[in-house]
Amino acid sequence: MKALKALGILTVTALIGQAAAVQVSISCGAVGAELEFCKKAADEWAKKTGNTVRIVQTPNDTNDRLALYQQNLSAKSSDIDVYQLDVIWPGLLGQHFVDLKGKIPQSEINAHFEAIIKNNTVNGKLIAMPWFTDAGLLYYRKDLLEKYGYKNPPTTWAQLSQMATKIQAGERKNNRNFQGYVFQGKSYEGLTCNALEWIYSYGGGTIVDSSGKVTINNPRAVQALKDAASWIGKTAPRGVTTYAEEEARGLFQAGNAAFMRNWPYAWGLAQGDDSKIKDKIGVAPLPKGSGAQGRHAATLGGWQLGVSIYSKNQKEAIDLVRYLTSAAVQKDRAINGSYNPTIKALYRDKDVTTAVPFMGDLYDVFTSAVARPSGPTKGKYNQVSSAFYGAVYNVLSGRSQPEAALKSLETNLNRIKGRGW
Amino acid sequence: MSTSPSVPPHQPAARRRTKPGKLIGNLLFWLVVIIILFYVLFPFYWAIVTSLKLPSQLFDTPVAYWPERPTLGNYAQVFTGQPFSRNLINSLVVAVGTVVISLLLAMLSAYALGRFRFRGKSMLMYIILAVSMFPQIAVLGGLYTLIRGFGLYNTWWGLMFSYLIFTLPFTVWVMTSFVRDIPAELEEAALVDGATPLQTLFKVLLPVMMPSLVTTGLLAFITAWNEFLFALTFTADNTARTVPVAISLFSGASQFELPWAAIMAASVVVTVPLIVLVLIFQRNIVSGLTAGAVKG
Amino acid sequence: MQKAQTLTPRRGGLERQRARIALWLLVPTLLAIALVAGYPLFNTIYLSFTDANLGSPEAPRGVGLSNYWTPDGLGILQDPAWWNSVVNTLKFTVSSVVLEFLLGLGIALVINSKFPGRGLMRAAILVPWAIPTVVSAQMWKWMYNDQFGVINDLLFRLNLIDAPINWIANPDLALWSIVAVDVWKTTPFVALLLLAGLQAIPSDIYEAADVDGASRFTQFWRLTLPLLVPTILVTLIFRTLDALRVFDVVYVMNGYAETSISMSAYARQQLIDFQALGAGSAVSVLIFLVIMIFTVFYVTSLRVRFD
Repeated sequence: MKALKALGILTVTALIGQAAAVQVSISCGAVGAELEFCKKAADEWAKKTGNTVRIVQTPNDTNDRLALYQQNLSAKSSDIDVYQLDVIWPGLLGQHFVDLKGKIPQSEINAHFEAIIKNNTVNGKLIAMPWFTDAGLLYYRKDLLEKYGYKNPPTTWAQLSQMATKIQAGERKNNRNFQGYVFQGKSYEGLTCNALEWIYSYGGGTIVDSSGKVTINNPRAVQALKDAASWIGKTAPRGVTTYAEEEARGLFQAGNAAFMRNWPYAWGLAQGDDSKIKDKIGVAPLPKGSGAQGRHAATLGGWQLGVSIYSKNQKEAIDLVRYLTSAAVQKDRAINGSYNPTIKALYRDKDVTTAVPFMGDLYDVFTSAVARPSGPTKGKYNQVSSAFYGAVYNVLSGRSQPEAALKSLETNLNRIKGRGW
Repeated sequence: MSTSPSVPPHQPAARRRTKPGKLIGNLLFWLVVIIILFYVLFPFYWAIVTSLKLPSQLFDTPVAYWPERPTLGNYAQVFTGQPFSRNLINSLVVAVGTVVISLLLAMLSAYALGRFRFRGKSMLMYIILAVSMFPQIAVLGGLYTLIRGFGLYNTWWGLMFSYLIFTLPFTVWVMTSFVRDIPAELEEAALVDGATPLQTLFKVLLPVMMPSLVTTGLLAFITAWNEFLFALTFTADNTARTVPVAISLFSGASQFELPWAAIMAASVVVTVPLIVLVLIFQRNIVSGLTAGAVKG
Repeated sequence: MQKAQTLTPRRGGLERQRARIALWLLVPTLLAIALVAGYPLFNTIYLSFTDANLGSPEAPRGVGLSNYWTPDGLGILQDPAWWNSVVNTLKFTVSSVVLEFLLGLGIALVINSKFPGRGLMRAAILVPWAIPTVVSAQMWKWMYNDQFGVINDLLFRLNLIDAPINWIANPDLALWSIVAVDVWKTTPFVALLLLAGLQAIPSDIYEAADVDGASRFTQFWRLTLPLLVPTILVTLIFRTLDALRVFDVVYVMNGYAETSISMSAYARQQLIDFQALGAGSAVSVLIFLVIMIFTVFYVTSLRVRFD
């Protein structure tokens, strides 16, 4: 560990030019651990280079953060040099960011997941470096699977339903509130992530394809939504359509659910000392859809770091980004904060896989994570997502049938597209 | 406001009732009172109970109606884990600032509208009334660009400025109705002594207007303190974020945590001062609310 | 200033001078209103005819009426989501105003009778009114929670349900659940206004009615209600205008979900979340028109007097 750190420090010091000291401001995490980690690494960089770093406080809520960023950027403000960008923003904000291709060695860029690099590339420009990644995972109760005679977690949605039904029926005898499966069904961005996983795992595409064509109205997608809707009130509680990440986790962590779809963050909390299910959980890839085109799918989440073109200290800012996204820093964040690295090699690093076992086991999940169509839909992604999760929500809550919902969603998306994304 | 009680429907003086009938009537009446009180107070009680439970106890079923081991941990977490004290300061500064500006401007206008005759006065009153009915959303886009243009986005000034849209018409309207009720002799005496209008206003009328200033100031304060839409749209982070927005965006230690216990603790913290204010000044508030509406 | 014996309006010079002073006193307020209401409103109307976008640094271009209506169906007036929010808002307005009025009248009548603890009761009903809307929305959201919420727990204990009800998740219940929160928060305000109206009714008319032997119900129906009509009208109109622009309770309880989104929430989503300043301003203008029509109706029908 120490050796690795020293190595990182060495390489970084070697990289830094003989520039005069400047102040670089970075906007990163708003609260708690996220902020601490950002501060720590940024201070290290400042110590090495003799520059100073100012952390700009940003709101926790993605929408608010976006509003602040857009205000800053459209005012061409140089207040913030380095921005922390959500994985769905490159299309929306790309025009305001420096192309990092050629400014950061290609070998370093190639060390990251291709899918994320592709996501961060807008009109051929690499506008941000991947910092940490998120992907949807299936959490399950090892102890209950064993109790009901299952050796392995489910690999298809149909299997998941069967297992959840059986476990739920058994557990309900002494726990009225026990649920088979919980996920994020509330009408918000998280439902887009969940529903994209269902549809993509059935081979139903990504709502809008890379050329900008609306592809959502297809039989595979209809089938996926049909199956998902059939869980509601059977293996999933009716209330799942009000659940965001935390509601699902609260239920799972209270020992009231057999399966849960959630992000990696839930691992650390469910393994916490006050958790009722500590050491009783396993993590697996989300199941495949039915049919020949069935595959595992996990929606890509996570954050990137980009440098604003209005920055007065671009050179130093790029250097800071390069340091923060380097292997050494990512490793530290993975071990101590369970932030998923974006550098492939770290998933084979002993220290990392010991601290967070699923990072090693689920390497494929993170490499094959599917991106939301924020690239092709550019500035209208928010509208697309909102129309999509609205339609899915209607199907889940029984207001509409999958065929009709997707047909009208197609019309609606084409209306939003108007004369072009 | 008249305080002479109307004849109560349930006085013993209601002589045409038989005894058992009266008893049942009384019982029913008290039952109604208890149901009303339960409906009105229970949610607040529930917020307090929740805020005293351990975060893990919230997810216990069946629900406990009394915190077994009451803890103040959530209150501590609100002030240490969040920049909540900053939000409280923001709310206080913005609300007080809004009240001061509104009262200053409204005092001058109310004096003019309540004590002077001039052409176009009715028209003006109509305009002020119409502005007080303005849907906030109608000016949201325009205000947003204006506030950004002036560089007031995410500042106290931006919020105070935008809050004038609903506090100012309201304070002018209510204070005018108060000023109109001040006996004319006071002002005339001052004018005879050769005082300028401003001297008259500040030296003679102001002491008499004090109760109305307290009332309208308090109502404007509560409105500004509780405002959500502008505060949500014109702030970006805790530099100027007010309490209602903070409570709606409450977050745990990581991006997705939603701690109900802490939310309820914050809610109690925000609400208690308001309730105390309301209980102390309930007469002023009732008279202010009714002056604004009923005297029209 | 000359010594004036009286302030009779027939002294032309003085009259003109007083009018001038009044105008000077009004200037600061008028400036402020022009700046915070007049200009932004004008700006919103102007923006609604452009393709302004918060995300793009380019200057907005005029697009005529196409934010409102276009031949190929891209305008707001052709967006089913807009009409959905209109329907939601109307449902919300009618049901919350009616319920608040009936409950408020009941509470006002109870408080208006003499009984021990009446002052306490009046203080108690002020509590919901003083709580910020956002806070009450969060409180109720927690109470509505399907798994851990106290409402379902109470219903379980009373054996009224056998499976938890999802108050906000259920498309048929979402809007009504939000109405219930608004009713809880606003009924006290309505009750207070009606109470003031009740207390303004002189008590001797009841004594006369008692002598005539009119029953309590007749007294209420023939005396109290007709005398209360002006107060009732004002209250209903105030509440209607408030309910039509509802935003916070809807937004905090259920975000922008289709089942409950209000007109104001729809407008904000367009403006801020989708960055579509042009289209969002068009929505704002539509809402403004609806509310102004109500306001004009109010001012003219009640013939508000100023002197």
